[in-house]
Amino acid sequence: MTSDTLFRGVRILADGVDLVGELLIRDGLIADFGAAVGKPDGATVIEAEGAILAPGLVDMRAALGEPGFEYRETIASAAAAAAAGGITTLAALPDTQPAIDDAALVHLLKTRGEQTGSLTILPYGAVTRGCRGEEMAELGLLREAGAVAFTDGARAIGSARLMRLALSYANGFGARIVQHPEEPTLAANGTATESAQATRLGLPGIPAAAEAIMVARDIRLAQLTGGAVHFAHISTGEALDLIRRGKDAGIKVTCDTAPPYFDLNETAIGNFRTYAKLSPPLRKESDRRAVVAGLADGTIDAIASDHQPRDADDKRLPFALASAGGAGLATLLGVTLAHVHNGSIPLERAITLLTSGPASLLDAAGGRIAKGAPADLCLFQAERIWKVAAGHLPGKAQNTPFDGRALEGVVIGTWKAGNRVFG
Amino acid sequence: MGRSMPHPVDLWPVLLQRRGVFYAQKHLLAIEGLHPGEIGHLLDLAESYVLLNRSGKTQRDLLRGRTLINLFFEDSTRTRTSFELAGKRLGADVINMSVSTSSVNKGETLLDTATTLNAMQCDLLVVRHDQSGAPNLLAQKVDAAVINAGDGTHEHPTQALLDALTIRRRKGRIAGLTIAICGDIAHSRVARSNIHLLTTMGCEVRVVGPPTLIPAETADLGVTVFHDMAKGLAGADVVMMLRLQRERMNKGQIPSAREYFRFWGLDHQKLAHAQDDALIMHPGPMNRGVEIDSAVADDPDRSVIREQVEMGVAVRMAVLDTLSRGPGRNDL
Repeated sequence: MTSDTLFRGVRILADGVDLVGELLIRDGLIADFGAAVGKPDGATVIEAEGAILAPGLVDMRAALGEPGFEYRETIASAAAAAAAGGITTLAALPDTQPAIDDAALVHLLKTRGEQTGSLTILPYGAVTRGCRGEEMAELGLLREAGAVAFTDGARAIGSARLMRLALSYANGFGARIVQHPEEPTLAANGTATESAQATRLGLPGIPAAAEAIMVARDIRLAQLTGGAVHFAHISTGEALDLIRRGKDAGIKVTCDTAPPYFDLNETAIGNFRTYAKLSPPLRKESDRRAVVAGLADGTIDAIASDHQPRDADDKRLPFALASAGGAGLATLLGVTLAHVHNGSIPLERAITLLTSGPASLLDAAGGRIAKGAPADLCLFQAERIWKVAAGHLPGKAQNTPFDGRALEGVVIGTWKAGNRVFG
Repeated sequence: MGRSMPHPVDLWPVLLQRRGVFYAQKHLLAIEGLHPGEIGHLLDLAESYVLLNRSGKTQRDLLRGRTLINLFFEDSTRTRTSFELAGKRLGADVINMSVSTSSVNKGETLLDTATTLNAMQCDLLVVRHDQSGAPNLLAQKVDAAVINAGDGTHEHPTQALLDALTIRRRKGRIAGLTIAICGDIAHSRVARSNIHLLTTMGCEVRVVGPPTLIPAETADLGVTVFHDMAKGLAGADVVMMLRLQRERMNKGQIPSAREYFRFWGLDHQKLAHAQDDALIMHPGPMNRGVEIDSAVADDPDRSVIREQVEMGVAVRMAVLDTLSRGPGRNDL
């Protein structure tokens, strides 16, 4: 049994909680918190005047290199990066090699997460066998094994018929379908957002409409089936308008975005910078601003890291041949806080988007501060500065699109089930 | 003039270099981003090489001991030959390397090649690649000055320079001319380099083509977009035709070659909308009967297609000369 841990002088901040005081961890759970809870004998005391104690972050979208792409990232290295980034729960995408389309693989991922001791891995199940977009996987068995929702990862479910069946069938098991919203035939061969910049660089474009068209279709299919659709990494204002209207109409539609889409725009590509090649592509400044507005007004339900580990060789290629995706675990909190500091999003809202927001979508235990809840916690200094440097990030994947970005907000400690796993 | 005195034609390149006009880049990767002064400098120097070449003289001491490697990842005869000739006329050791891109791991080849080139002490590297931005990537890894000889659908800077030189010699100026660039803009690196160069030098640039072959937001590049040849060519001083690749028809961007020719192929009827003395240009190789009618292409009064080839060698000599003295290599 681990000893008690007492936090003193911290701002305790979570969905519905905002106070300066103390928090006590006992037996891996939050035993008590308040202005003063008293120090039990033998308790480890963490004095962190001015720091913020929040629930451990819940990252609802990250690709792990395991199984199949261990050269990019292992679960151990992802767990180390997650801990350094204050993340204690992570939903793992199923488009691995093999794809997570079998109940045994769901068990495997959950177990591998437990073995890290620092990270709860919530596996997504594949919508289709091998994430190939053809026949439906065994959604019921996957769900029974613990799949939190279904998705084909970075691949859109292109067929309207298949999407209709998946929404309908998954709904019977109380699970949502997470869609990569990009109309595949419009996006085919595209490598950057369709714009004057892509035209100048001679890069085939992906129109913003490719996202909106898929979002419009799937909202209509969710309405038709009564199923729940969740759109990952929303990058355009047009799609957010559709989602806003869908929500107003009472359709079961939710969405998340990722830091690159509210912090960067297409100009990050510069002269063919492949670290800024993402899927969906970085969009125009007007879309970036629309995403910020969607975070502030509640249209967007969660911020996910959208971590896509890549090896240097995946990126050291001509732009069109380079693999899309950016590392995101270590920068999730810092980049989000940048938009708190600049006044775009209130701090409380930012914390909700990183904790209880995604936790609700995943039915996860974490993401909240309450007596008896698991002591998954993230302690950070909101004003301390650091600079993102590819090559010096925690974990294996160094393909950050934020290389050189100065950030305010440093994680000084992460606790998983009461154990300090970082800092 | 005394026999010991060099011919003025021989001196011109040297004098221009001493004039203090700078080309401030180590490489020539794109026209975009170059200043009018830099473009003007390259054109002036190229002009002098036209005279030198026509005089039958050479300047074989200029790049003596320098190694020029033509690294072509994509088939090309005329551009490679043109660079080869330019390098040899300046006395460089010229090596041609053709690398097949059919191998699965194209990028691996690119960076492995960079390592090899560094070991070979290459001074000037001419690169053609089927991927946009490949020369930029290579430029980060090699010590040599890199010259983009065409990358994917991005840029083909020496083509734009030779086109500009051809225009300037025929029209006496570049600024103020109305130039129509016609055809498959979307897949044309020649179009992009020409748009940047001609807008930078003060032309009114129009692009004309079917909507499916005009890329997104082309107007933001400072040009006017037309879909009708008659309107696009009205009053133009120069008509630049682009090559239409057959695969565009396979990909459904164009229904057929004959429909394309009917609406966007250059014939005398469409050409009548342009100025009476309008020049006709084409980067070659031409698809006769698809984007250009033979009667127009071979019209000796209007077509400067043959002259473009001559200008190509001079422009490439000017580029090699300039980059061999560039900021990265001040040892001359």
